[in-house]
Amino acid sequence: MTTTEQRLTPRAMGVPLDRLDGPAKVTGTARYAFEHPQTQPLYLHPVQATVAAGRITAIETGAAEAVPGVLAVLTHLNAPRLADTSDGELAILQSGGVAFRGQIIGGVVATSPETARHAASLVRTAYDEQPHDVVLRAGHEGLYAPDSVNGGYDTDQVQGDVEAALASADVTVDQTYTTPTLHNNPMEPHSTIAVWDDGQLTLYDSTQGVHMVRKSVAPLFGLDPEQVRVISPHVGGGFGSKGNAHAHVVLAAMAARQLPGRPVKLALTRQQMFFLAGYRTPTLQRVRLGADRDGRFSAISVEAISQTARIKEFTEQTAVAARMMYAAPNRRTTHRVTRLDVPVPSWMRAPGECPGMFAAEVAMDELAEACGLDPVELRVRNEPETDPETGHPFSSRNLVACLREGARRIGWERRDPTPGARRENGALVGLGVSASVYPVFRMPGSAARVRAEAGGRYTVSIGAADLGTGTWTALTQIAADALEVPVEHVDLRIGDTALPPATVAGGSSGITCWGSAIVHAARELRGQHGRSPAEGAEAVGETGDNPDTERYAMYAFGAQFAEVRVDADTGEVRAPRLVGVFAAGRIINPKTARSQLLGGMTMGLSMALYEQSHVDPSIGQVANHDFAEYHIATNADIGSLDVSWLDEDDPHVNAMGSKGIGEIGIVGTAAAVANAAYNATGVRIRDLPVTLDAFLS
Amino acid sequence: MDAVEVEVSLRVDGRQRRLTLDTRTSLLDALRERLGVTGPKKGCDHGQCGACTILLDGRRVNSCLALAVAHDEAEITTVEGLADGDTLHPLQESFVRHDGFQCGYCTPGQICSAVGMLTEAEAGWPSAVSADLTAPVELTDAEISERMSGNLCRCGAYAGIVPAIAEVAR
Repeated sequence: MTTTEQRLTPRAMGVPLDRLDGPAKVTGTARYAFEHPQTQPLYLHPVQATVAAGRITAIETGAAEAVPGVLAVLTHLNAPRLADTSDGELAILQSGGVAFRGQIIGGVVATSPETARHAASLVRTAYDEQPHDVVLRAGHEGLYAPDSVNGGYDTDQVQGDVEAALASADVTVDQTYTTPTLHNNPMEPHSTIAVWDDGQLTLYDSTQGVHMVRKSVAPLFGLDPEQVRVISPHVGGGFGSKGNAHAHVVLAAMAARQLPGRPVKLALTRQQMFFLAGYRTPTLQRVRLGADRDGRFSAISVEAISQTARIKEFTEQTAVAARMMYAAPNRRTTHRVTRLDVPVPSWMRAPGECPGMFAAEVAMDELAEACGLDPVELRVRNEPETDPETGHPFSSRNLVACLREGARRIGWERRDPTPGARRENGALVGLGVSASVYPVFRMPGSAARVRAEAGGRYTVSIGAADLGTGTWTALTQIAADALEVPVEHVDLRIGDTALPPATVAGGSSGITCWGSAIVHAARELRGQHGRSPAEGAEAVGETGDNPDTERYAMYAFGAQFAEVRVDADTGEVRAPRLVGVFAAGRIINPKTARSQLLGGMTMGLSMALYEQSHVDPSIGQVANHDFAEYHIATNADIGSLDVSWLDEDDPHVNAMGSKGIGEIGIVGTAAAVANAAYNATGVRIRDLPVTLDAFLS
Repeated sequence: MDAVEVEVSLRVDGRQRRLTLDTRTSLLDALRERLGVTGPKKGCDHGQCGACTILLDGRRVNSCLALAVAHDEAEITTVEGLADGDTLHPLQESFVRHDGFQCGYCTPGQICSAVGMLTEAEAGWPSAVSADLTAPVELTDAEISERMSGNLCRCGAYAGIVPAIAEVAR
């Protein structure tokens, strides 16, 4: 049997190094996708469907083509035929069919962005419009069980007899919880510059994975992967929405192929991002819990439903956290999805865990009250000894320690369990808690190259991505420790398919996958060439398998606490204080890690109180499709945020001992806020976001 | 509608720039697409996010909401013009030290906005959270948060942005 991976001795790891890309970012010189200098660039503006379902019967492009400066108008009538149309989201302009409002049905290329945009507005389209269905609801006739759900998880899991256990339980909770459609909205719009030259396609793209984009795009155009180069050194946020290539990348490549040699630039507008860049599906979750009078679970049942698009199946793995979070001998988790005339949903920060833990952790609060138990104590009582799903031991599980530390930091002992009991300065004040969890993912497919340079320096290359996650800095620290040299001796290169392949920055897996590849490359170099390699000596390493993955359940855990104040007269709700305590293995860089966790909690607070994409059923689209109406948390919406972590030594996860921190910060925040709002007011919030109207009735 | 072009002169980060541009061109697009000054960012193009904030004749503005043709002979400072050679502006340095950003895309706007905001506070401009509308402004965290709320950050770096500015302000 293979033994546990040899661990790295931390020297640079654990140091709160300033972000290495910081000076470039604060001086405005870091280049994002749309900013790579081009000679005589062209601008591409998409044309979008104005019905939600139907077929184009006529498309009139003459007026657009007549505008001086317009070089091409692409429609389904003249666009290149794609060699591979298996991905319905990417197979644009192959027919006149319309599967959702806002779908790309054309594009105008012109010499200036103003001309392209104006000309796009002149394209006239007639449709054979069909009735549309854009609203997810319980009992929707189209609900079905997919073959699997996002992440490759089983659609359903059943252990024991939930119905019998619920029937005989002393205490039960049976409620339905909902989360709305949410849009990732990274600050940098999805942008691509495409250049087609001599059968070679170059894409400057804003993406969470250059190799992923290449793999998605090359077959569409019948190209070998080597004929496509994708470059993306800096990414202005993604949160999952840049984890897959979206249709605009295909449109840009199509236009570039029509105009070889000319760089074609396409940046989605903020409004277009609400149709074309993925989003979090709304979810409806029926959660049933059964327990004895002491709060010990006998049954957990989560039935989750979500939506997907006509043209592509994506099923949020909403119920998976309920499979491993707490002990219960009887358990059922199911996922059903329905196809609607809506844009294609995709990843948004902690898909599955984020909406799933909102429902489950509010249900926990309801059960605690029903049992007359402290909510922290209820969670402690239901700690499993081993992973309830697999029976494997946890590689490390410090949820209880996080709960205890968080309770200390928020002043939990001052919480009055009676809702509405605490009133200060005209506000009802409450405290709430939620647990957080996120899996440790390890995907195959990354490789790193380490090259010895003159003067004891090393160049480390891997096609990884930094979307604000701190990759530039953290990977440099890992490489330094793997090579046992100071960080100043390491030159990292990322964000280019000319570098060794890297898996996508998703599932909080970047450091595990890329870091492991770098460690293996460094060890290979040292093994082959020793401490003083000749200049030019190189070695390559891959992520490799970790045998412990089969023997241990690997998760990061956390506990989040919120103080909520609800104005007794107006119902205005604010969360002036959040506390998050996490146990996520070794923290590679405490400075950038703190920002990751703060950022997750801030987005979680935003989800709790503000965010909701309102779908107008009459026209079949999100109506509030800009920042004026889709509210994300602003600076003044944030109060005190207290982030900390436990020093956790996990020998099983990887050579660094790290678990991943990009997503766990958003998991549980909304539940902590909703639970605190209940403690403040006695009004139970089961539907996000928490808005003042809930407290006025 | 055919494009109408006019000649405009702008002083950008200390350099005089003359260009002929489409009257529909925003100041932001003039900087980014015509002059290659990509420090100011386009996040929404509707004045809703603040990523494009520049200093226009000394005041912070959303450059996506300004038509370039309306600002002939304007004095513009972008994030690219704040540093003194290799020496970062104190706010730039403070943002790095406090990790007041992650992806960095809102950062040029945050920093230019902060420069403008400090000038406004110095001049005694009150904000919505100022208790006294005529007293000198004390830049508490609440004042900074309020005055910086026109600059959105999706990474959620507000908790780093406020202390980064506070350290320079006090």
